[in-house]
Amino acid sequence: MDDLQNRFAQTDRAGWMAVLARATRDELQHFTRGFELPRVDVVKPPECGSLMIEARAGGGGRRFNAGEATVTRCVVRDGDRLGYSYSLGRDKEKARLAAILDAMLQSASSHHMVMEAVVAPLAKAQQERRARANLQAAATKVDFFTMVRGDG
Amino acid sequence: MYVAVKGGEAAIGATHGLIAQERRGDAATPELQTRQIREQMKLAIARVMNEGSLYDEDLAALALKQSQGDSVEAAFLMRAYRTTLPRFGSSLPVDTAAMAIRRRISATFKDLPGGQVLGPTYDYTHRLFDFALEEGSAHAPPQMAQEPLAATMPRVPDILGDEGLLETEVAPAGDPAPVDITRDPAEFPADRDVRLQMLSRGDEGFLLGLAYSVQRGFGGNHPFAGEIRMGEVSVLYTPEELGFEIDIGDITLTECQMINQFTGSQEAPPQFTRGYGFAFGHSERKAMSMAIVDRALKGRDLGEGANFPAQQEEFVLYHCDMIEASGFVEHLKLPHYVDFQGELELVRKIRQEQAERKQRAAAEQAS
Repeated sequence: MDDLQNRFAQTDRAGWMAVLARATRDELQHFTRGFELPRVDVVKPPECGSLMIEARAGGGGRRFNAGEATVTRCVVRDGDRLGYSYSLGRDKEKARLAAILDAMLQSASSHHMVMEAVVAPLAKAQQERRARANLQAAATKVDFFTMVRGDG
Repeated sequence: MYVAVKGGEAAIGATHGLIAQERRGDAATPELQTRQIREQMKLAIARVMNEGSLYDEDLAALALKQSQGDSVEAAFLMRAYRTTLPRFGSSLPVDTAAMAIRRRISATFKDLPGGQVLGPTYDYTHRLFDFALEEGSAHAPPQMAQEPLAATMPRVPDILGDEGLLETEVAPAGDPAPVDITRDPAEFPADRDVRLQMLSRGDEGFLLGLAYSVQRGFGGNHPFAGEIRMGEVSVLYTPEELGFEIDIGDITLTECQMINQFTGSQEAPPQFTRGYGFAFGHSERKAMSMAIVDRALKGRDLGEGANFPAQQEEFVLYHCDMIEASGFVEHLKLPHYVDFQGELELVRKIRQEQAERKQRAAAEQAS
């Protein structure tokens, strides 16, 4: 996937998890409407917590703690597979859906269906949003030129 | 000393009711939705997230609604809520070089690789009222370029770093985990990680004033805005139970790299030194102020001394936190009756003793 913001290939587990983490609850509900979600055991119910965001002095130097962000996580079990979700924000229903989808994506029987029905359209929408923001920023690109004083 | 008081439950209950009415304002006006605040008051949201030290736009919107737009009160709500959250861990250090750029400018290099991108900025507006906004804000869709921005936008100091003219910023050996002042109180002298964490949470107005003092000569270094960039970065995290790195979403950040003249000292050669500013959301004024103050606080390491307020880390770091500052200033509103009664009696006693001394002296003179 030609995508700066998501360094993982979409087909890797980390890749689809990144796509699901960026989806809204509405989007996950929308794209899962066409199929039945499996009954899963909830291993860890959706839980809101925080993650300390680290940064580096000067961008590449000493690590420092810049402040926290809210994160929601959920773990479910579908047969012998554990589905995980971790995403920024506090949406517990989104976390639950994403964890179920992660479990389904690990199963050979449902992987392709979920990739096509959920991950691919989400990834496309996310890519389009980023491309649009990029082109809008690019429209404000400027070439400053310096003039000799007194030259006008 | 503050002595607890009892009573006032009924009055306090009534004031809660009154504040709810004040917050709502004229009932004939539609009520603000937090979604509207989140989408349309983005810069206020950023300030609340920074000073509340918690990235969550929805919570910041709620905080602003609940506090009637008082950013200090809103940040206080964020800090209080933060303490109720279990901490899952720490992210990997965010990679600002990989930012999806929405704005990126340099005041020092006109032809930098990747170019200058103004993005959404008020810098080139005329600061004249747009009265049309009173009626609604129909606007033309923003322009789209034909060509996207360069895929890589190197950070300006990384471009200049090779010549040795610029102080380098490298991780200390072993890339140690930073101190977290929310768990271990800051100790002085404070290391850079502590200083940067405290400045990140610091009040924008306080840091802006200090930065201005540096520029006016109370700190002795002349800053150039080497680079300011704003955009989205992904947050990477390795949950223990998964054991591999995952990407949990994007956050908007502003980063400022200040470059400063430095004539050299016994400890360091003449070169350009650096100050770093980092903020959640689009928060340029905060990031710039932080970078100038960060540089001023390096004075100790560079052998500059600490002759001005902005160079004195205890002064800067202890007083830049507006939650602590407003707590201490505003606690003066709470009943201090016992305290004041004590003071009153003391002053009365001193006056009485003084009057008696004068009387005795007058009597001695007269005799």
